[in-house]
Amino acid sequence: MPTWPKETKYIGRHVQRVDGPAKVTGSARYTSDVQPEGWLYGMILRSRWPAAKISDISLEKARQVPGIKAAILVREGERTIRYYGEELAAVAGTSKQACLDALRLIEVTASPLPFVVKETEALKDSSPPVWEKSPNLSKPKVVEKGDLAKAFGECAAVVEGFFTTPVLIHHPLETHGNTVSWTDEGITAWASTQGIFSVRDGLAGNLNVEQSKVRVISEFMGGGFGAKFGPGIEGALAARLSKAAKAPVKLMLTRFDQSLAVGNRPSSFQKIKLGASADGKLLAYELDAYGTAGIGSGGSTEGGGGGAEFPAPYIYTIPNIRVSHRGVTVNAGSARAFRAPGHPPASFGMESILDELAVKLNLDPVEIRLKNDPSPVRQREYQLGAERFGWKQKYHRPGSSPGPVKTGVGCAGASWGGGGGGTQAEAQINPDGSLEIRCGTQDLGTGTKTLIAVIAADLLQLKPDQIQVRIGDTRFPPSGGSGGSTTAASVSPAVFDACTQALEALQNQTGVADARGDNWKAACKKLGINPLIVGGKWQPGLSSSGTGGVQFAEVEVDADTGFVRVKKITCVQDCGMVVSRLTCESQVNGGIIMGLGYALYEQRVMDSTTGVVLNPNFETYKLPGLADVPQIDIILLDMPERGVIGIGEPVTIPTAAAIANAVANALGVRIGSLPITPDKVLAALGKTQAAHA
Amino acid sequence: MMDSKSSGNDLLSLTRRNFLKTLGTTAVGTAATQVESVAAELQKLNAETIVGPAPIPIVLQVNGQAISIEVEPRVTLLDALRNHVHLTGAKEVCDRGTCGACTVLLDGQPIYACMMLALEAQGHAITTVEGLAHEGQLNPVQQAFVECDAMMCGYCTPGFLLSITALLKRRPHPDADEVKHACAGNLCRCGTHPRIIQAALKASGVSVTSQTEVIRYADLA
Ligand code: FES
Ligand code: FES
Repeated sequence: MPTWPKETKYIGRHVQRVDGPAKVTGSARYTSDVQPEGWLYGMILRSRWPAAKISDISLEKARQVPGIKAAILVREGERTIRYYGEELAAVAGTSKQACLDALRLIEVTASPLPFVVKETEALKDSSPPVWEKSPNLSKPKVVEKGDLAKAFGECAAVVEGFFTTPVLIHHPLETHGNTVSWTDEGITAWASTQGIFSVRDGLAGNLNVEQSKVRVISEFMGGGFGAKFGPGIEGALAARLSKAAKAPVKLMLTRFDQSLAVGNRPSSFQKIKLGASADGKLLAYELDAYGTAGIGSGGSTEGGGGGAEFPAPYIYTIPNIRVSHRGVTVNAGSARAFRAPGHPPASFGMESILDELAVKLNLDPVEIRLKNDPSPVRQREYQLGAERFGWKQKYHRPGSSPGPVKTGVGCAGASWGGGGGGTQAEAQINPDGSLEIRCGTQDLGTGTKTLIAVIAADLLQLKPDQIQVRIGDTRFPPSGGSGGSTTAASVSPAVFDACTQALEALQNQTGVADARGDNWKAACKKLGINPLIVGGKWQPGLSSSGTGGVQFAEVEVDADTGFVRVKKITCVQDCGMVVSRLTCESQVNGGIIMGLGYALYEQRVMDSTTGVVLNPNFETYKLPGLADVPQIDIILLDMPERGVIGIGEPVTIPTAAAIANAVANALGVRIGSLPITPDKVLAALGKTQAAHA
Repeated sequence: MMDSKSSGNDLLSLTRRNFLKTLGTTAVGTAATQVESVAAELQKLNAETIVGPAPIPIVLQVNGQAISIEVEPRVTLLDALRNHVHLTGAKEVCDRGTCGACTVLLDGQPIYACMMLALEAQGHAITTVEGLAHEGQLNPVQQAFVECDAMMCGYCTPGFLLSITALLKRRPHPDADEVKHACAGNLCRCGTHPRIIQAALKASGVSVTSQTEVIRYADLA
């Protein structure tokens, strides 16, 4: 079994992001920046109706607009539209302005249909069905264990609560999009994607082109968060426009498009009942939940919802449970994987009700978690975190904070699977001593390139900047999509294998006993004129799955304005073997800040009357800004013996729950609905009319 | 049946000029000063020549170079920089002044390039992210961004760099609150916020150290 070196020079240390200079000088070329010779702009016309029968779309006038080179329909013939923003047609032209003019001239004949966009309305039998053949509310999916009624009867304390979480939009700053050139030779697509191979296969399948004739490139990409795995309708449209116009077409979505049609995090409505013995051991748990994934989940479910489920009772093992999940279909864009799918809502509901139980039993929230959390790693993390955070000094009875600005603290835990596999990489050693590592993975901003450089540098005793890392091209050895926090655990072992094998081959071929470090150049010179190319693949033993983390939050709530300010988050995260410490820490920050948005600011707002998304841009869909971010205190729990583990997802899970618990601790009343906006705080304090959920 | 034919949109045909004209003639009873300012603006507008809608030649001063391009008058500075000057460092993220990814400097002041017409930027010195480094030497803010890892995907990075570069010019030793204020118009989705503040302070000469602690699990047992 291969093992990572015990002594390291770069692994686990601060190494600057290798593509940092490209990113700070503007030379990093993202999909949106690629400008192949003769390229055209592409744009999509979207439905202005939340539901409608489309009988005709006329592109004639659009085609007459000067500069327009192609105009196509998404689909021929009559069709039914099921959400505001669904794709109808697309144009390609020599300027953005020409495309905008053309879109305005496309004539759509449509008969509007009844629609429903809110979960609470779609639940009702009388709501207009989003899919003709199935009801909006799916049949419950039920899991039962033990004897629930009996167990609740034996509990010393039982609490009940209702918790809701909103639909979130991924909003990567680079929108979804592709620059595609389709010629007789095949398709070349620059894609803003988390999976170059899944885009290749998607395009090949959709457009009926051999996979070998589709090349997908993603040199730099501006974020994905789970929403960018396939080519999407926009990718296929860009390709078709390119073919029709005989020129490369760049079709990047607008920010408005981004809010409508390319994924979101499903909502959740959770009715929870939880009971425990007098000493706080959890005995009984009941969940009745529903939520919406829009018109389906990633297009996989033709009606009936789905995709809104989440793990329950999350990280806890409770002997008697009944869990019921239902999906509610609404006329809105479909959900897609969103950073740790299912986990943040699961954590919010469970950790909230657990704190309610702790209050009832007069137990400290950390104590009740230590009593019930089955993970020894999280047990350790709670102890470490509580110490570092100053939990004992800061925790007080809920609502006992004096004055108009109330302080409170809360905590929550999370788990994530991750793990790796299925990746190949190759090392090319050139006679001049330069080294290239090639791998068909992609860097979403997580630092994959840096991770590869760090590993190669350590194993070969070179400097990270001596290594050319080439990724983001389907001509390189294959790797999977970057989702589920699997990239680090998939890529690292493959790079390890490629480097160790390449070193061995170099030594064999040149007779240099140890070609690393100082001997490297001389050994490479002995290769003669041909470079040495050696492939490697993922090996077991160098990575693991399964990680746990806990977070503590300290907040201030202004009882007069309802404004919540998070002062501090302490995060203790198990990371397996830390490869690239600097980028690892950045990811922890990023996860926490996204969790902060979930807790306090972000939600998609639908309008029942018109069926539109009311906040499709950043002036109304609020992301955390610099001034909103608390002090973030990180403890990385290093476990080199477990090998590499991805942490992009686990770190975003418990933040919102910890903040919500801190707000409840500050106020003495719980706000069970995310985001915790000032109007909800004031309503909970009885200072205004009850807020709508 | 409904259709989306949009010919003869009255709202669109109501230009600013016509609007002001109507206002000028019907502003009976408004305060004299207001009438005067409307009249003054009308006069100014009448003195301007109308250009477009066809492309017109313009000259932009970008990163110290005069660049001649032809654009329709409705083309924004951002569109012109990215797609006509081919400097793609400034990013289009919202195209409506809400994210700061398109930030460039206009005579040293950070502005949203998506909120200004290219032709209005003529005669002003424009600095984009491509113009920050000197002969391959990163400027102190760029250098600090790399050292502090104040970026992840990097899509927001050019905008932040320009906001902070402008801040440091104005206030060479800002505190964290001033950095937050200077970046209030910039968004980042990856969550690089703490490190952006760190990098700005570092670029101003403050030494910053990571608070992060790494604890070996094996040592705990
Ligand atoms: S693109 Fe200009 S502010 Fe967002
Ligand atoms: S680094 Fe990705 S948006 Fe800021």
